[in-house]
Amino acid sequence: MHATTSPVSPDREYRPDALIAEDIHAYLAQHQNKSLLRFITCGSVDDGKSTLIGRLLYDTRAIFADQLTALEADSKRVGTQGQNIDFALLVDGLAAEREQGITIDVAYRFFSTARRKFIVADTPGHEQYTRNMVTGASTADAAVILIDARKGVLTQTRRHSFLVHLLKLRHVVLAVNKMDLVGYDQAVFDRIVSDYRAFADSIGIADFTAIPISGLGGDNIAAGSDAMPWYAGPTLIDHLETIDIGTDAAQDRAFRLPVQWVNRPSLDFRGFSGLIASGTVRPGDPVRVLPSGRTTQVARIVTMDGDLPQAVAGQSVTLTLADEIDCSRGDVLATADAPPQVADQFQATIVWLGETAMLPGRSYWLKLGTQTVGATVQEPRHAIDVNTMAELSVKTLNLNDIGVAEVYTDRPLVFEPFEDGADLGGFILIDRTTNATVAAGLLSFSLRRAQNVHWQAIDITRAAHAQQKGQTPRLLWFTGLSGSGKSTIANLVEKKLYALGRHSFLLDGDNVRHGLNKDLGFTDADRIENIRRIGEVARLMTDAGLIVLTAFISPFRAERDMVRAMLPGEFVEIFVDTPLAEAEARDVKGLYAKARSGEIANFTGITSPYEAPERPDIRIDTTRESPEAAAERIVEHILGVWSHDL
Amino acid sequence: MTVSLTHLQRLEAESIHILREVVAEAERPVMLYSVGKDSAVMLHLAKKAFFPGTPPFPLLHVDTTWKFRAMYDLRERAAADAGMDLIVHRNPEAEAQGINPFDHGGLHTDMWKTQGLKQALTAGGYDAAFGGARRDEEKSRAKERIFSFRNAHQHWDPKAQRPELWRLYNARKARGESMRVFPLSNWTELDIWQYILAEQIEIVPLYLAAPRPTVERDGMLLMVDDDRFRLAPGEVPVERSIRFRTLGCYPLTGAVESEATDLSQVIQEMLLTTTSERQGRAIDHDQSASMEKKKAEGYF
Repeated sequence: MHATTSPVSPDREYRPDALIAEDIHAYLAQHQNKSLLRFITCGSVDDGKSTLIGRLLYDTRAIFADQLTALEADSKRVGTQGQNIDFALLVDGLAAEREQGITIDVAYRFFSTARRKFIVADTPGHEQYTRNMVTGASTADAAVILIDARKGVLTQTRRHSFLVHLLKLRHVVLAVNKMDLVGYDQAVFDRIVSDYRAFADSIGIADFTAIPISGLGGDNIAAGSDAMPWYAGPTLIDHLETIDIGTDAAQDRAFRLPVQWVNRPSLDFRGFSGLIASGTVRPGDPVRVLPSGRTTQVARIVTMDGDLPQAVAGQSVTLTLADEIDCSRGDVLATADAPPQVADQFQATIVWLGETAMLPGRSYWLKLGTQTVGATVQEPRHAIDVNTMAELSVKTLNLNDIGVAEVYTDRPLVFEPFEDGADLGGFILIDRTTNATVAAGLLSFSLRRAQNVHWQAIDITRAAHAQQKGQTPRLLWFTGLSGSGKSTIANLVEKKLYALGRHSFLLDGDNVRHGLNKDLGFTDADRIENIRRIGEVARLMTDAGLIVLTAFISPFRAERDMVRAMLPGEFVEIFVDTPLAEAEARDVKGLYAKARSGEIANFTGITSPYEAPERPDIRIDTTRESPEAAAERIVEHILGVWSHDL
Repeated sequence: MTVSLTHLQRLEAESIHILREVVAEAERPVMLYSVGKDSAVMLHLAKKAFFPGTPPFPLLHVDTTWKFRAMYDLRERAAADAGMDLIVHRNPEAEAQGINPFDHGGLHTDMWKTQGLKQALTAGGYDAAFGGARRDEEKSRAKERIFSFRNAHQHWDPKAQRPELWRLYNARKARGESMRVFPLSNWTELDIWQYILAEQIEIVPLYLAAPRPTVERDGMLLMVDDDRFRLAPGEVPVERSIRFRTLGCYPLTGAVESEATDLSQVIQEMLLTTTSERQGRAIDHDQSASMEKKKAEGYF
């Protein structure tokens, strides 16, 4: 079957608004007051998303003559529409996209009509590029979900619809495309709409508008369709021009300003800058600083255009406060009598966007608003099958998986449920090693309120324990390959400390695995849990005032950083640096031979990676330094630290 | 009472948020300042973002020595008015080899701008550089994130961009890596002009029509800005009323014939025109994917 394209007819030539020529000032005044709708086009591969956007730009005169000339030339050279214009080439801007004829990343395009301005994000259909689809959807008010009339509702249609619903886009438009290829048949359209309605109901999309279109021919896009007299509804443009955007709705909620930056140009001025997430603020309003909970009043709303009597959600402002109270980046200024919640354990829905799977228990950076904290995700409660909405039992989340899990943060987080807005309810997770953005998350609710958590008050404090022993607690963390000499050196260090009358304890990898951690294996997830438990045990021992020595391979940087964060200032990372060849040549326990023969799986250095410390506190090159000399140096190092402490 | 923000107010708020986010998270930010209209808007937004303080980063102009004279005039004044340090970088190799747009074609852009920029960013140790690019300018820019990651060689990998959700920007990077940040990503050419008009921002007078000496070459109107312009045998500059939609190196930037002597007339002409603003740039005409290629190599 061949596509039929309407040629560029004279009435589609560029024709600007008459008012521009007649009265530019009147036109600009009118243009200034147009509202802005941000929407995405999504759906499966080859449903014609890029073609539709090209058509929208073309029909709304957002394409200039030189761009059209380039497009005509490109269409003939690399287009898929024979001698006709291939509108997809207008948006598929990356060389790799043109080569493969697919959309890889989201493209933002701009056009306006007499009634509204639009930013449209063309999002890719391939499942592997879901992260780019989510990027485009997160800032949109509406979604145009395309369906190829010949194919009906597909897996990607369902996946994208679910994501659109999850991210709380206010409007869903179902554009049944390529009607020209099914003879403009109403029965085909009705069947697809009915199928989609059944699916939409099942995931909770209450309402959507279905429009039969042809992106190639322009039917029901800017103009109606002579070929489909049975359709009496609005064209796509008509509909997009009139749907309610609701951008002012955030003003009706309580005032929240996530503090982005403290402005201190001189000693006389201390302002708190940020974009107002919700509500309205005026000088004199009582406000509370979260998470500390201290209250004060707003003194001024400072801008370069003069102080403002009022500021509303969506504005970037700088506030000064009546009292000198502690407030910095990451804090939230809020209405004093209706502040947001503060918590450190949450249930969240997570869309995994990283190439490597989520590791339950691993510490990631979590960024929410202007707050960045350490966070761990627990084993998912379930993942969601986007086809059936079934809850699947899973151990982890892989690329493009969507699941529900508990998230624990290492500091209290000021938040609101995602239902109430993305500014304090949406977060990203960042890998501590690669710095990649690996997940998008939506907070549902807190599992316990941080303000209700009380540590058992103990009369003999950790300081008292340490003082009794006359020493500063330390955690000497030896890391390195199997057979690198960690245990040997740690053992020598402990003997020296003992001789000096210090109180210490050595936690050895093999010994711990015989008892405390005998339920754990050597998968990545188990290795993380192994280290977490050791970290907690070490923390209890340092609470008791001890100098703790640990000798574990601890191959992952993220877990060592996690323990460092648990024991701020007390964690000393000692890298026992022995080249793999040397450790394997020694092979004290015969483990390398077994790993090489395949008897041991996930063996560090052979079948599992070792991430060497980038900046260890102490590095020991065992090919140049004897264990005795190394142990001496370590003792000197920590005693030196003590003398600084005194 | 609900107050509806205008489209320009929303754009302004978003850009200010981006500027502050970079200052809060980067170690050594810098603002690329090209003296054009987009740079003028970006600088104005920076002043607003950090008022009553001055923007806590310097301006960097990657100079090719071939900009219009009027641009050099405004450059010094704008930096001084903002109270900001101005760093001017000229690629010493390009200077030594006398690279110029008449003899060296594409090499001129590569050496002065792409290589010059990389040198300046490396020399300054900057880990975040603001640029005034907009997504409506060009197809590969339409695909770029607001916080755009560059590896240690300052290369952009369009196939591996970080997800960018809501207003959450991931500015984390390893030593040697950097970010290019585009606060004007969501502005259109019309938004820029309307904002300049509304905020009365000073721009280079070349954006407004005036009689200027010109020659016509390869379908482009070029302005004879100084005596380094090489006239062909028999070629005589003709005075025409012209203005520019974008400003770059004067021998590479095409003018349009125009009678628009004030901003609203410029906007009127822009809305009535049938060609895009980049049409006057020789740099984009090589091939469709030329901008992506240049960007991947480190061009702004």
